[in-house]
Amino acid sequence: MRQRSNIRFMSRQEVLGYVLLAVILLAIIPLSLDVFRLNLIGKYLTYAFVALGLVLCWGYGGILSLGQGVFFGLGGYCMAMFLKLEASDPESTKIQSTPGIPDFMDWNQITELPWWWEPFRQLPFALSAIVLLPTLFAFIIGVAMFKLRVGGVYFAIITQAIAAIMTILIIGQQGYTGGVNGITDLRTLLGWDIRSDSAKVILYYVCSAALFICLLLSQFIRYKKLGRILVAMRDREDRVRFSGYDVANFKIFVFCLSAMFSAIGGAMFTLQVGFMSPSFVGIVPSIEMVIYCAVGGRLSLLGAVYGTLLVNWAKTIFSETFPELWLFAMGALFIAVVMAFPNGLASLFKRYIEPKLPAWYSGKTAGLGASIMRTDSSKETVGKEALEEKNRVVSKPISKPETVGTMAPSSDEKLEGGVYVD
Amino acid sequence: MCIFNYESGSRDNSPVFKRRSFIKTLIAFPLGLILASSTLSWANPPTSEVNTTGLAVTDDTVTVGILHSVTGTMAISETGSVQAEKLAIDQINAMGGVLGRKIEYIQEDGASDWPTFAEKSKKLLVNDKVAAVFGCWTSASRKAVLPVFEQYNGMLYYPTFYEGLEQSPNVIYTGQEATQQIIAGIDWVVKEKGAKTFYLLGSDYIWPRTSNKIARKHIEKLGLKVVGEEYYPLGHTQFNSVINKIKLKKPDVIYAIVVGGSNVAFYKQLKAAGIDLTKEKPLLLTISVTEDEILGIGGENIEGAYAAMKYFQSLDNPNNQAFVQAFKDKWGQDIVIGDVTQAAYLGPWLWKAAVEKAGSFDIDKIRAASPGIELTTAPEGYVRIHENHHLWSKTRVGLAQKDGQYKVVYESEELIEPNPFPVGYQ
Repeated sequence: MRQRSNIRFMSRQEVLGYVLLAVILLAIIPLSLDVFRLNLIGKYLTYAFVALGLVLCWGYGGILSLGQGVFFGLGGYCMAMFLKLEASDPESTKIQSTPGIPDFMDWNQITELPWWWEPFRQLPFALSAIVLLPTLFAFIIGVAMFKLRVGGVYFAIITQAIAAIMTILIIGQQGYTGGVNGITDLRTLLGWDIRSDSAKVILYYVCSAALFICLLLSQFIRYKKLGRILVAMRDREDRVRFSGYDVANFKIFVFCLSAMFSAIGGAMFTLQVGFMSPSFVGIVPSIEMVIYCAVGGRLSLLGAVYGTLLVNWAKTIFSETFPELWLFAMGALFIAVVMAFPNGLASLFKRYIEPKLPAWYSGKTAGLGASIMRTDSSKETVGKEALEEKNRVVSKPISKPETVGTMAPSSDEKLEGGVYVD
Repeated sequence: MCIFNYESGSRDNSPVFKRRSFIKTLIAFPLGLILASSTLSWANPPTSEVNTTGLAVTDDTVTVGILHSVTGTMAISETGSVQAEKLAIDQINAMGGVLGRKIEYIQEDGASDWPTFAEKSKKLLVNDKVAAVFGCWTSASRKAVLPVFEQYNGMLYYPTFYEGLEQSPNVIYTGQEATQQIIAGIDWVVKEKGAKTFYLLGSDYIWPRTSNKIARKHIEKLGLKVVGEEYYPLGHTQFNSVINKIKLKKPDVIYAIVVGGSNVAFYKQLKAAGIDLTKEKPLLLTISVTEDEILGIGGENIEGAYAAMKYFQSLDNPNNQAFVQAFKDKWGQDIVIGDVTQAAYLGPWLWKAAVEKAGSFDIDKIRAASPGIELTTAPEGYVRIHENHHLWSKTRVGLAQKDGQYKVVYESEELIEPNPFPVGYQ
């Protein structure tokens, strides 16, 4: 039983991919880099949460959100509020006219802590707010948009507008949010100094572990029927709807999930970098996060992580080497990637490296894996309840490459998303 | 711990001691050679003496960092500061450097993005071990790097006039804090122009808000009246509604702290609405428009406005003439120099003076040596570092000319004391 579910969860090749990523993130990088560089990689990984959410939401669900920064920011701000309150005890803020409140409130003549800051003194509340608040916000947006069948470009534009509104709101309410400066100078988490070198290493591992949990959860969703419905919905929304599915609910779910991932990334960012500012909430950072996802390959979960790491690493290296010209180098990188590999680094891997892989671990296992897959999915559909009978129409064909071909004619990209043979 | 072991070893005359003394002679021999050669060939104090904390100092070089935005929306403002700092470093090197060591710099781009500033400052301090950093422009970027400088004990020379309310042991503020720019300017406009009513206007972030708060308190202390106060987001370009309100309220003075690109729209729309600043009805007093901003606004649009600053390019003194000449020779004849550019130029010089007074590059020694450091060669005249790490400096009022320069119409008699936490203005 356990064996079977493992096979369904990911293919052998994917297991290798995850193990490789784990080795890189948990062993090679920490052992080869000093704490400063390690902390930078940790920061990049927090963006990978957003890219991962985008793979699910955009790559699989076909919902392009240009406002993921909003959720990243909300998560980050929730964390920052808790840390800021801890850093603003009356003792260390005694030079202020009102000791005991965050410094930026004092600069803006606010004399008592606003009521909605109060619960953030409790870590459990702050932690649940990090996850729930952005998810709830995404849920509201999702219901408002998808129930009215707003999609495609219109949805992208609206999310972009929300990002802009959020930035203006945060900057405008500087007495309560820290304005353009953001919430800075965060020091400790329950008395533990998050700025020390040892804390940076520990936080790096925490961040990597959280990323893996999110990756595995995404992988799980991708291999479940839910993942296939998402792909079907992306390619032929009407057919899925006519098959009796409530398309809006699936869209809302995947949008909320990507928001939750972004928020976790935002909170990890605040912990590792030590501050949060509206420069992560606006349109530009949100689009930048879409770029990470596109460079990695929007259909590849692992690709999102590699894409994020590559783009940010290049950004750091280019800007250190050519402080006045680095933007051109970044632009060239984006153009080159999009021109040469429209599906990102993952397609590069699929085209050139993957075909050579079977030679590594004998071709027969690959064939075996595929056959198990097929029997497996047919068993699944046979064993379902009458309630889900109607689902079979969609779920069964998608597990077969030929049928996907007819649903989404002549597109390599869609095939990659729809076919789960290895 | 070590000493104890050594002593116990010597008492017992054990093999440990013999081995240690052998190692000691082995080490002492080449060390003596190095010391001898260094005293012979250079007059410089040995690196081991002037650098006890592992900064990037060698026998003939010292590395500092320059951290400004050279890309993004702030690049237009910060480029002048980069140029000024490079000029100062060149001039110091031409004079023989600091403690006999040539200054080398590592330039990093903050990219108008506060987290990038934090990342790059950490890189400069942790990876490059720079002896000092000259940089930052906006308050937000300073706030982002401040915890980094305090954690890794770096020294930042920050050039911009800013809101005050800060006094870090790891920053030397070479620009004015808010009271230095505001109070003398308002006193002047009240005394010389008989102003009674003020309209406060600003971009919406901490510096304009804090500055206007100080201005309002001071105006009310003088028994005069603020008839309006408004803020607009950074980058805002529609000022018609506020201009109409100004026309309605007829204040004697528009006190404008509009920042960056919004300035262009604001002054053009003022002119288009028929408010001729040269008639001084109302009079416009700003603390945010330097010669750099006038390049964008256009001299004909702002002609007749007054600005309260500590430095104008047109200052008539030998220090400034030499500075302006050197700046133009290095960066081009058409270039203009604003208040912040001059303050940035002071950074390397103040650092040099502090290092020489301390006889060391160690940050803690520079910090101890900094208060009381004076610079008689500053383009703005004479400046001195206060105990609170800000500069004593004069306040000047300039009248904007059509050619984009300011004509200095007022200069405070005395140096004005920096007061980042002004009691009664908070």
